Amino acid sequence: MWPFGRRERARQTMGRHISTGTLANSFDRRAVVIGSVQGGIGLLLAARMGYIALFQNERYKTLAESNRVNLSLIPPRRGWILDRHGTPLATNRTDFRVDLVPERLVDPERTVSELGSLLKLSPVQLQDLSDKIKRSRGFQPVEVAAKLDFDTFSAISVRLPEMPGVIPQRGYLRYYPTGPAVAHLIGYVGPASAEDYEVDRNPLLITPGYKVGKDGLEKEFETTLRGVPGARRTEVTATGRVVRDLSMREDVPGNPIRLTIDGQLQDYAARRIGLESAAVVVIDCQTGGILALVSMPAFDPNSFVGGIGRLQWKMLNEDDHIPLLNKALRGLYPPGSTMKPMATLALQQHGVDPAERVSCPGGYRLGSRFFRCDAVHGSVDMRQAIEHSCNTYFWSMAHRVGYDAIAPVARLLGLGQEFDLPGTRQRYGTIPDAAWKMRRYKQEWTAADSLNASIGQGYVSVSPLQLAVMTARIASGRTLNPSLIHGRPQPLGPALPFTPEQFAVTHDGMFGVVNGRGTAVASKLAVPGVQMAGKTGTAQVRALVSRGHVGDWKSRDHSLFIGYAPTDAPRYAVSVVVEHGTFGARAAAPIARDVLTFLFDPGRAWDTLLAMEKTWGGTPTERMEARYRAYVAKVGTGAPSVGDDEAVAQAITEADNTEAPVENVGTTPDTVREEPPQTDPRDANPRPATTPEARPRAAAGAEPAAVAEPVTAPKGGQP
Amino acid sequence: MSTGLVPDPVARQPWTVILPLLALVTFGATVLYSAAGGSLRPWALTHFLRFFVFLAMAIVISRVRKDTFKQLAYPIYGLTVLLLVLVELIGGIGGGSQRWLNLGFMTLQPSELMKPVIVLVLARFYDDLPPSMTASWRALVPAAALLVLPAGLVMIQPDLGTGLAISFGAVVVVFLAGVPLWWFIAAGTAALVAAPVAFFTLLHDYQRQRVFVFLDPAADPLGTGYHILQSTIAIGSGGLVGKGFGNGSQSHLDYLPEAHTDFVFATMAEEWGMLGGLFVIGTFAWVLGWGWRVALSAPDRFAQLLAGGMVFTMFFYVCINLMMVMGLAPVVGIPLPFMSHGGSSMMTNMICVGTIMAVANWSRSGTGTLA
Repeated sequence: MWPFGRRERARQTMGRHISTGTLANSFDRRAVVIGSVQGGIGLLLAARMGYIALFQNERYKTLAESNRVNLSLIPPRRGWILDRHGTPLATNRTDFRVDLVPERLVDPERTVSELGSLLKLSPVQLQDLSDKIKRSRGFQPVEVAAKLDFDTFSAISVRLPEMPGVIPQRGYLRYYPTGPAVAHLIGYVGPASAEDYEVDRNPLLITPGYKVGKDGLEKEFETTLRGVPGARRTEVTATGRVVRDLSMREDVPGNPIRLTIDGQLQDYAARRIGLESAAVVVIDCQTGGILALVSMPAFDPNSFVGGIGRLQWKMLNEDDHIPLLNKALRGLYPPGSTMKPMATLALQQHGVDPAERVSCPGGYRLGSRFFRCDAVHGSVDMRQAIEHSCNTYFWSMAHRVGYDAIAPVARLLGLGQEFDLPGTRQRYGTIPDAAWKMRRYKQEWTAADSLNASIGQGYVSVSPLQLAVMTARIASGRTLNPSLIHGRPQPLGPALPFTPEQFAVTHDGMFGVVNGRGTAVASKLAVPGVQMAGKTGTAQVRALVSRGHVGDWKSRDHSLFIGYAPTDAPRYAVSVVVEHGTFGARAAAPIARDVLTFLFDPGRAWDTLLAMEKTWGGTPTERMEARYRAYVAKVGTGAPSVGDDEAVAQAITEADNTEAPVENVGTTPDTVREEPPQTDPRDANPRPATTPEARPRAAAGAEPAAVAEPVTAPKGGQP
Repeated sequence: MSTGLVPDPVARQPWTVILPLLALVTFGATVLYSAAGGSLRPWALTHFLRFFVFLAMAIVISRVRKDTFKQLAYPIYGLTVLLLVLVELIGGIGGGSQRWLNLGFMTLQPSELMKPVIVLVLARFYDDLPPSMTASWRALVPAAALLVLPAGLVMIQPDLGTGLAISFGAVVVVFLAGVPLWWFIAAGTAALVAAPVAFFTLLHDYQRQRVFVFLDPAADPLGTGYHILQSTIAIGSGGLVGKGFGNGSQSHLDYLPEAHTDFVFATMAEEWGMLGGLFVIGTFAWVLGWGWRVALSAPDRFAQLLAGGMVFTMFFYVCINLMMVMGLAPVVGIPLPFMSHGGSSMMTNMICVGTIMAVANWSRSGTGTLA
């Protein structure tokens, strides 16, 4: 094998003496061997180099390029959401922001605390940040801060080499100029969730600063609004420092969507609701376009953009005014007397003469039970029954034609219906009938059920949107369907089976409510030449509790109002529901009045509102901020963490269900009542919730009017 | 020797090796100039100046007489071992591993110095050993002792790369000294058996990690495999003629670690390509070939072993470094002679060159030697 070795060993075995000469020979041979091995290694190295530099050159060139060049996506600017006049309801603001990618952090704790001191984050903000880092899946960027000033932004950028995984950038931030006013209508945006990314491996989804629609129209029109991302090729060092820009492709902004909403009206209505928990819906009586769809209080979608903070979330969840619930679409309320104009159409359709008079002795006897009216109205015809909201009239007439004649008309006018509105989740409530009750409660329909249902109590529950649609249909005489997208009105439904004369009777009655001697005369429009027609409603929240206008907030009656203006050529229909606002005339009607006034005389309406806001502590946004600050001071970092997207959605669904007025009232459906007539308009107080004792009751003459007779018949109130 | 055109002391210098070395160093300085972003500072200028300082030192060494070499072999060896112990003590006091002594004008790594010194002392040992004892245990045990002491000290620093370099240098001298071949076969077999055991018991975690990563660099591309991967990318992306002077993105954008020291070859190959690589490899082959020619024509056993050992010591640097940067060996901290920025390795290699030059002088019947 080794010739030289064999020879050497042979020499030893032969006993030959090892001499200087043999060693010198051995040195020569072995030196040649080592030299050859070295030469071989040299050739091997040259071959290896040739292999990687020549044969695999393309591959390594690509790798070197991908090292050198950083391709970063530029999140596209989201399409604007515009109102009917082209005024933005949702825009984008340029923004200096800082994100971090948890996966790339080397020392998360140190980086977070360093960012905290550079950005001057409060303990609450730091807590929210570490929550977000914990919740993210590592590859998802987490927003540290947005809306930075340039100095802070530069300070972060300079320290970048020490903080791998931190990404400062200039981008765009979704901005809702009117904040809470459009929260429920438009929804909000937020970072894409890990689930989104796992479904769609689009790198855009984990690009810092990229937001997707999380709710409402933002979510529904995601594909329209999204746009096409731009890209920036930069030369970067191993530590991520950008050496220079190589090339750049601008993003293509998403397409705008234009709504039927009147942005200013939306904002005005939201602010006009003030401290109440209420919904306002305004519909264009010519097209069915929704001009305002307001539910307050609400969250501020601007503050959701970077993720929802712990305290904010806790505060929203603890609020008994349920800011997470879109009351305009998902709040269900007994309509109370706002049903009555609809009922007069049903009665006329079934042959009741509008001139026929019914005597109201202060109540209505059904068998052994006595249903109390709010007052002794004396002899009333159909128009006066609406004007004075006389229950006795509707009970006796409903008893005559049967409730089965009324329920179909209620549905025809939109109650209990769901409408084709994009990006909304509606609850359609209940227009009860015998079959429904049997299905739901396994009970027979009773005459008492009919009486309750005919004045919008008992099992009946509707949403503010349905009330507005009903009002628009009554006012216009056409089967208007509501729409949200500008220029795309919903087609009319089948023609309503009522004659103009029949409509005129109903319109007259509603005119009298506001402009005659009715229940809402305090809410006449002060605009010259424009008059409003309407109907108040007071819906009982709980049966057999104390009187519905005193006691704790939760037990008070809901205050409702529907109306339209101008009366001679209806243009706008409005519905207002103020939760626990007591009488319809007190809380809801003034809001409707001011909202409609805004449409005809904005200056006057603003004067009214600004004066009120002074006593409320500013605009809704200002009040929310003040509350949040107070809350932070109170709770500190003790709030539980917010869940992921799914948990947030779950909580919002639960917010829907916390309000269940139908079942509460419906199970003991024998209590009905109506607000007292307001003979003195000066008594009407535009801020009812804060002065509950200011109730004008002197003229009612029936102190306990609100309480119905007990269910137990034998002792039941014999007149 | 004089041609009459140039003065004799100049003409007498072994230009066949000095000129290639100068080319290599100039090329190295060029690469360092580029790696510094087109600046002589901080590397290129000192690299160039150091070469001339150490070239002067090598020329001085080349004038030293053989007897002086022989006389000084054991004292120098003892001194170097002492320095190693000193370093170990300072490291122990300072609380951490330290490999160098600060001499003010440069930092000295005694372990670097030990590479030529072990060759010198073993050449002396085998020169003294009667040829008849070459096949007996007396040829091996003292030599092993001379090796184990310094190699052990270096390895516990811990500096595996230098420890191996010293050991290989020593083993090659023993081999060249003519000890029976079957010893090497037996030792090689024993090493094959012992290596896995040593690997899992004696090595430090980070050293083991380097080996694992070497076996599969892609497994951890951002961790310890990063060095190998980035170096291979740099060489591979250079292609035949490279990206051009000053255009190496891997080194300029900090993807290549240690771009001016251990991975200087990758820095060079990225900008100068395969042609630059062949020039470097070819120049080293020329210089080492010169060393072997000197060794083969050396006048006696001591000179032969000394020159052969020095050639191999230089070769070991080149071989391990190039294999490392090309992904053929684990990452060990061994620089590329005459190219990498660093005083210690330049000094060691110039000592080797100077010694070989001295042997070449002895072959020419000892004219004009010092001491």
